[in-house]
Amino acid sequence: MTAVDQRPPEQTEKPRIRIGSVEILAVLLVLLVVFRGPVAGALSEPALATWTTVFVSVMVQATPFLVFGVALSAVIAVYVPRSFWAKALPRHPALAVPVASGAGIILPGCECGAVPIAGSLMRRGVTPAAALAFLLAAPAINPIVLASTAVAFPNNPEMVVARGVASLLVATAMGWLWLRLGRLDWIRLPHRPELDDASKGRAFWAAVRHDITHAGGFLVLGAMAAATIREFVPARWLQTLGDNPVLSVLALALLAVLLSICSEADAFVAASLSQFSLTARLAFLVVGPMVDLKLVSMQTGVFGRRFASRFAPATFAVAVLVSVLVGGVLL
Amino acid sequence: MNRQAQAVVLLLLGGSVLKASLSDLYLRYVKEGLRPFLIAAGVMLVAAAVATLWFEVRRPVAGHDEHDHDEHGHDEHGHDEHGHHEPRVGWFLLLPVLGLLLVAPPALGSYAASQSGTALGNAQTSDFPPLPAGDPARISVLDYASRAVFDRGLSIGDRRVELTGFLMAGPEGEQYLGRMILSCCAADARPIKVGLTGAAPSGLAPDTWVEVVGRYNERTATDTVNGETIPYLEVAEWREIPVPKQQYEG
Repeated sequence: MTAVDQRPPEQTEKPRIRIGSVEILAVLLVLLVVFRGPVAGALSEPALATWTTVFVSVMVQATPFLVFGVALSAVIAVYVPRSFWAKALPRHPALAVPVASGAGIILPGCECGAVPIAGSLMRRGVTPAAALAFLLAAPAINPIVLASTAVAFPNNPEMVVARGVASLLVATAMGWLWLRLGRLDWIRLPHRPELDDASKGRAFWAAVRHDITHAGGFLVLGAMAAATIREFVPARWLQTLGDNPVLSVLALALLAVLLSICSEADAFVAASLSQFSLTARLAFLVVGPMVDLKLVSMQTGVFGRRFASRFAPATFAVAVLVSVLVGGVLL
Repeated sequence: MNRQAQAVVLLLLGGSVLKASLSDLYLRYVKEGLRPFLIAAGVMLVAAAVATLWFEVRRPVAGHDEHDHDEHGHDEHGHDEHGHHEPRVGWFLLLPVLGLLLVAPPALGSYAASQSGTALGNAQTSDFPPLPAGDPARISVLDYASRAVFDRGLSIGDRRVELTGFLMAGPEGEQYLGRMILSCCAADARPIKVGLTGAAPSGLAPDTWVEVVGRYNERTATDTVNGETIPYLEVAEWREIPVPKQQYEG
């Protein structure tokens, strides 16, 4: 445990007069206020206005989940002792994976909150395979998401079962796949000295501040990408793909990645894609909460690029495969 | 981005979320049910900003007293060179602040509705209860469209109904009444379109909000975007109304 007055060496460096972030921020804000008129005018053109509305909506929708997810992850990082996880999870990693996937059911929220939580779990000594299984399962199988799926598919209750089963299978399979093939050096968790602060309160707020600015910044990038895609993916080409069983599964899986809809709402969008088979729509529901633009962006931020560039495509492939199998059996 | 700047950004983000959720602005982007969570998240963001500033001010610094420029010197340099300790990506959080505080874009309307197909696909398709009492019966655009398409207007009969929505032009310039339905946020918004015939409003700009009163009409059209059916309403009277607080149905 570090004592309060032990500062990292760079903090006692010689003072340097530079233009700092606060000054840049002040200038930026003044510019924004001064040029508010022209900016708002440029954004009133219909296509740009739609882009802005979708972008702002994704951010407004995701902010509570981000903030509460970050707060929970800060509690895990600061207040829950390491020994708790050793007791809560089976010692053998291969067994810890399905337990962690199942534990996803207790986190009612969408995917934005799960990324910092999984980062915290790894930091607290949970085996990465189990933390990753939790990361994938939590947004897909929690009660709110399953209930909204039931509401969106009133005539197909089997959709709820298929979604739950397929998501659990994918999360567990990815956990085990990580145990076999994963390499620890792909994950680059940033060094976080403030988490070992002697004052728990200070460590908690430092973690909250850092994670919101960090994961939130990546969330903004993802939301911009999603708004852009929504603007440019013409709904018309979807129409032509609906008839081909193979293409339709791939098309909807890809659409789920690009649209980046919150897992609590994606069932309603899937239900409205009625020209597609139920299996294709299942793929949309299984892939969406696990791989999408804002998630990949946040995973890149929290775990590093080397991790995200391997984990996201692998998850996508496994999710499509499992959706087709589960869809074939249940739907 | 150093800690003070992060605190200011968090304060701005929390403030803009609070401003949007304490007024009706948030209804342009998300559903009403999210409001308590938005307020709580806004409070939490402001608290994080205040706590950060508080710990910054009280921070014991060994060797020399705290000075703003000392802060900047090491944060911009020292930390950023040793991996990403103080996240630069946080600058992007200014964009939603800008969006909410300065631009506050409008709710999705006729342009977005014309870009996607009418979303009757997931509507209730059987067991329509009787229309609500009153003449005209006030029902949602989604309710009217489902009854007209899946029930062939049987549960409407000869009753007069009143619908509220925005005007939009069909592909051939027909007059449509549109309404967006929302399940979570505007990213999943889908339009419902109803064609207007009879004494339909004319000469009004798209996105003008109207209340139309009329009867079921058998005419239908096919949405050129997704091939779904667009039902028609035989308009008897209509009036222009101000933009409603709840622009989405859901």
